[in-house]
Amino acid sequence: MNLLLDGIAWILDPANQTGPSGWFARLGEQLAYTFGAVAIAALIAVPLGYLVGHTGRGRDIAVSLSGGFRALPSLGVLILLGLGLGIGFKAPLLTFVVLAVPPILAGAYAGFEAVDRRTIDAARAVGMTESQVIRKVEVPLGLPLLIGGLRSAVLQVVATATLAAYVSGGALGAFIFAGVATRDYAQTLGASILVTTLALVLEGIFALLQKLVVPRGVVAKELKDVRARSSRTRAVMGTPIREGK
Amino acid sequence: MFTAIKKGRLLTGLVAVGAVVALAGCASGDPLDTSSTSGGDAAEGGAIVIGSQAYYSNEIIAEIYAQALEANDIEVERQFNIGQRDAYLPALESGEVQLFPEYTGNLLQYYDPETTAKTSDDVYSALAGALPEGLEVLDQAPATDQDSYNVTKEFSESNGVTSLSDLASVTTPLTLGGNSELQTRPYGPEGLLATYGVTVGFTPIEDSGGPLTLQALKDNQVQLVNIYSADPNIAAAGLVTLEDPEGLFLASNVVPLINTDAATPEVSDVINKVSAALTAEDLVELNSQSQNDQESADTIAKNWLEKVALF
Repeated sequence: MNLLLDGIAWILDPANQTGPSGWFARLGEQLAYTFGAVAIAALIAVPLGYLVGHTGRGRDIAVSLSGGFRALPSLGVLILLGLGLGIGFKAPLLTFVVLAVPPILAGAYAGFEAVDRRTIDAARAVGMTESQVIRKVEVPLGLPLLIGGLRSAVLQVVATATLAAYVSGGALGAFIFAGVATRDYAQTLGASILVTTLALVLEGIFALLQKLVVPRGVVAKELKDVRARSSRTRAVMGTPIREGK
Repeated sequence: MFTAIKKGRLLTGLVAVGAVVALAGCASGDPLDTSSTSGGDAAEGGAIVIGSQAYYSNEIIAEIYAQALEANDIEVERQFNIGQRDAYLPALESGEVQLFPEYTGNLLQYYDPETTAKTSDDVYSALAGALPEGLEVLDQAPATDQDSYNVTKEFSESNGVTSLSDLASVTTPLTLGGNSELQTRPYGPEGLLATYGVTVGFTPIEDSGGPLTLQALKDNQVQLVNIYSADPNIAAAGLVTLEDPEGLFLASNVVPLINTDAATPEVSDVINKVSAALTAEDLVELNSQSQNDQESADTIAKNWLEKVALF
């Protein structure tokens, strides 16, 4: 308990907050890694995932690829890339992109796949073009799962971004490495508390976002559905995602 | 077939045997009974527990201790790869681990951060006084493994730098690379300024002078790096280790740290022979076999012991 108080005291000490190596700046770096890596990963993974989800082609490759990439040890990737790219922010950023691609890819294609085939058939039947089917049906209905993918990518990267300090890339890990090496555990704990808090806050924001992006039609349909269910299956508009409930 | 009476007798017998064993244990563990024949725990069947840091070179030395003791019919138990001093020193004091390869300078700084000892002999004698009760060091080896500042050959030639005192005349800005703790160590940037009047920036690279540090030096992202002096990469990468005429770094010889209870004459004798034979060149060679030839600590230790033919 004493140690925990020491950690909090470290966070509150103004001497540790400002300047280029204060935690304000390091927290900014942690966030920059997180959103930078997730944004780059999204640019790669979302179009790819949509392509796989829409056409249904290459699904096996996408599944095994995203599974395989998840198994990569981040520290190993970081050191390998660090040897090629040198120390600094490039190697960690690329490592975190590699880390963020699988969940986003999975979220993107799973979102498309989760759309009921009959809904898509109906969209075609009313005369929608292929691009309208994607834009007006598959993307909005698949959005909650995509946000879910982004959410887990953000969570993984924000926690792993502490590794950046290993190759002189800054971020909150700098305090953790320095604290462990010099037996300044208040510093280590303070930085860990900051990382944990940051992860929880981001997780909360994404959980909220994920709820908000469920298309209104789907939510309204579900709220009205108070009658006893018949035993026959009926056509329904997509499957609302109830994550976090 | 057991009748109830026989069962009772059996039980009595077991208790009796147990009591005898327990009492025997007390006798050999009696702390006052030091005058008896040469034996501590080790000589009477308790294996000596040898530990090592999670540092490949340290593990090789620990393995050498282990094989040397085994060659002299002393039973050992290996508890290698125990992380940092915070983790293993308490275990040594309590006797869970009994023998550990250490480095005089770094160990002295752990117990006495304010120490002013610099030379090998000063550090060794200061260390003997700084150790807590229950721990002692045996003879130190000629082999050293200490922090050292290194530059590339090109840098050394173009700036005419072979010693830390030459650095003051270098006009381009200098950045020092090393583990983040180096920033606050007495021989870090502040020590360089105080001892040699050299101002350096600092870039933390957390692989203890490993490949990332070497790469950063080659890329000229840092100009000065901290690498342990027994690291074969210094020679392999053609680096120049800068001389330290003012004694910025503490000398750090390889030294066996031992729990007093385990320091029987037999054990001390064997380990002291090993230490006497372990030269600085040998240590670099041992490290090179691990780093470059990917040999196991077991094989490296066996080959070295055969080469020096002590036992």
